[in-house]
Amino acid sequence: MTGWQRRDADTHPRGSRPARCTTCAGPLARPTRTPVLTTLGLIVAAGALLPLAYLLVRSGQAGWSRVWEIVSAPRTLILLRDTLALTVAVTATTIMIAVPLAWLTVRTDLPGRRLFTVLTALPLAIPTYVGGFAFVAFAGPRGTLQSWLEPLGVDKIPSIYGFWGAWLVLSLFSYPYVLLTVRAAVRRVDPSMEEASRTLGASAFTTFRRITLPQLRPAITAGGLLVALYTLSDFGAVSLLRFDSFTRAIYVSYRASIDRSTAAVLGVMLVVLTATVLILELRSRGRTTYHRLHAGGGRRAAVVSLGRWRWPAVGACTALVVVALGIPVGIIVYWLVRGIRAGEPVRLTVDLAGNSLWAALLGTIVVVLAAWPVALLAARHRTRTARFVELSAWVGYALPGVVVALSLVFFGARITPAIYQTMVMLVFAYAVLFLPQAMGSMRSSLLQVNPELEEASRSLGRGPMATFTRVVLPLARPGVLAGAALVFLTIMKELPATLLLAPTGYSTLATQVWSATSEALFGRAAGPALALIVLASVPMMFLVLRDRDR
Amino acid sequence: MKSFRLTALVGALAIMAVTATACSSSDTASESSGTSDGAASSSITVYSGRSEELVGPLFEQFTAATGIAVNVRYGDSAELAAQILEEGDNSPADVFFAQDAGALGAVSSAGRFSQLNQSQLDAVPAAYRSPDGDWVGVSGRARVVVYNTDRVSADELPETLAGFTDPAWSGRVGWAPTNASFQSYVTALRVLSGDEVAEQWLSDMKDNDAQAYEKNSAIVDAVASGEIDAGFVNHYYLYAYLNENPDGPVANSFATTTGADALVNVAGVGILGSSGNASGASAFVDFLLSDTAQQYFATETFEYPLVIGIAPPDGLPPLAELDVPDLDLSQLEDLAATLEMLQSTGVL
Repeated sequence: MTGWQRRDADTHPRGSRPARCTTCAGPLARPTRTPVLTTLGLIVAAGALLPLAYLLVRSGQAGWSRVWEIVSAPRTLILLRDTLALTVAVTATTIMIAVPLAWLTVRTDLPGRRLFTVLTALPLAIPTYVGGFAFVAFAGPRGTLQSWLEPLGVDKIPSIYGFWGAWLVLSLFSYPYVLLTVRAAVRRVDPSMEEASRTLGASAFTTFRRITLPQLRPAITAGGLLVALYTLSDFGAVSLLRFDSFTRAIYVSYRASIDRSTAAVLGVMLVVLTATVLILELRSRGRTTYHRLHAGGGRRAAVVSLGRWRWPAVGACTALVVVALGIPVGIIVYWLVRGIRAGEPVRLTVDLAGNSLWAALLGTIVVVLAAWPVALLAARHRTRTARFVELSAWVGYALPGVVVALSLVFFGARITPAIYQTMVMLVFAYAVLFLPQAMGSMRSSLLQVNPELEEASRSLGRGPMATFTRVVLPLARPGVLAGAALVFLTIMKELPATLLLAPTGYSTLATQVWSATSEALFGRAAGPALALIVLASVPMMFLVLRDRDR
Repeated sequence: MKSFRLTALVGALAIMAVTATACSSSDTASESSGTSDGAASSSITVYSGRSEELVGPLFEQFTAATGIAVNVRYGDSAELAAQILEEGDNSPADVFFAQDAGALGAVSSAGRFSQLNQSQLDAVPAAYRSPDGDWVGVSGRARVVVYNTDRVSADELPETLAGFTDPAWSGRVGWAPTNASFQSYVTALRVLSGDEVAEQWLSDMKDNDAQAYEKNSAIVDAVASGEIDAGFVNHYYLYAYLNENPDGPVANSFATTTGADALVNVAGVGILGSSGNASGASAFVDFLLSDTAQQYFATETFEYPLVIGIAPPDGLPPLAELDVPDLDLSQLEDLAATLEMLQSTGVL
């Protein structure tokens, strides 16, 4: 028992094999024919590729020599290097925060773990364009932190601006992507493997490293990809913390000269970068099985007692919550109080909250429905088409929101004016932007469902639909819910697509926060910003409460 | 049983979603067909690069005065300009109300605006409108130096922005190289003093460790907190700051010399050629040039009213007293060379 790769070599589970596998023999090697699923997947892919089509059109207008000039400019290469460095640093940090945290809150007797489950996921509800402001106010030169340290003789704290500031803010507000994805997987890890490892004499740590961690790999990779590509596309943090990334350069070329060609060329480069990362990830996926291989599954793992590590663990979790949630919320409350003192009216934001919730609810449903065929293809069918569909789904997510929004403006106004700037269009934009958020955790959940259970259901006379609703869906439910929660939280704070594509006059909490902060009216931004965070905590509570049932 | 309930729930939500989106799309469709009737009494769609915080109340006053409903899409001026260009002739917008001349110029040079009435153009001095007659400035914003009154006295400030390249100011000055109004300033400097002067100034400021910020408002914040001692901004950001922090130690210093330092940029408005309600849109432009709206800019957003004969905000030198450079604002449209210069000097 040395790990999964070796184990896999002698079990040959089907379903995790390429459908066109020619080397495996026997009755189980029959390739699966899935015309409906593939068609659905291709439809989703076509939608997801619209932004790329737009970028190619716009880059083409620039002419080859101009394209080459932009691509080969020293500045572009520096941007590329810096952006990659930031992406790697943020992704690694979030994984190091989120994996232990997921394990602590799911598998151990950590005191207050339900509370921590909700609180540690909430930083995701804080938009970086608010969190960035809050961190500059707190840790910037002459910020709150500086004023606390001054009596202690600290004249100047290290500058928050630049790489480390962007790294800190992005890590703190994006680690929940990994956390939520990995949590769903931790809950479905087969405890019998761990027990076998312990029985055979391995220590708890060795068991975690060699048995548990490899089983979590698809979820960690899925969450890590979400973070990495989020880092590529985020504008709020890099602009407020003054770090020059690709996305910032793209915004600058729109904002400075409405130069759509340069922005498009940089956008295409971003897509190429994304595709490279994804192809590497696809290649590195082993042919490992992640589902239970024996009968009698469905048992929940025993709770691990932390012993003397209990309170250090609580301390670490508390510190994280204070930094990632306490500081930004504290600053927002401070803005609110200061605004009220200065005579700023406290505005009721019920309408805005309703608009935000409605858009997020519709968006989440559509994103989850669209992600389903893609996740299923990615988990079960290793055909070229399946890979193409999965790859396409990521394009919109890695691009800055404004690029995706403008591409849909282009197609929407010219080709489908009837739905342009309606909720249909907005929800479609959300699907293009956030498909991978639902897909990642759905795929990793599906990987943990043993396909033999479906075969059993089919052979016992259930049809494909009944098998799907009675067997697959219930088993994959934690992943579906986790994906839905991610999408919901992200849509609540989405800005560029909402600004350009929502029905005219449809304001949300996010657009209100943006509108106020863009005029530096932080007092006015505070109310809707707090409402955003409170409302986003609702789906998190729901997820945690559901946990208890099982 | 449980899984059945879940499926039913998902199914019900999906049906709800489809119906709801279908309903809301038909709502909007009927609204827009209402717009295309062209009756001045119906409604207009405004793309506003100026935020709801600043101009929302003004739009309400327009509706109260004329009975024309205003559907507003708020956003960043440049992004809205890009949106109008991408929409082509199907743009739902009747009016584009932009924060700066550059965004208006981009839409104008793509030929997407229609001509304004001569009376609308004549309401403001020639310097503050499109030479092609397709957009007009409605309010002005002067470039100023904002400074921390605790740390610097007014007479310590250099007379011109060139003076900030002095080593005495090393690391003490803030600017916003990505900001459209700063870039307009650099363009003006290029046009008025030549590329060499502009390039030298940029690289000297950079060498003097000028601190880069994303926005004007962040500069005012940084000056007030003492993070830096002075910054290059538009004049009215100070008032938004003082509104929340009445005792902040900050003040504006207006340029006393002529040249790019005394640049006054505009927020302005144009009517889309594809507008389905040109008469409603024209009524909106008339309203922005009316005494009511011009007073609103003076008292609520602390900008300069551009219509001749309206007094500036309290405490500001009159527009006529500023040595505003003799510069065609449409020359500020071409930012490409400025952007290149900002990049080659490493400022951006």
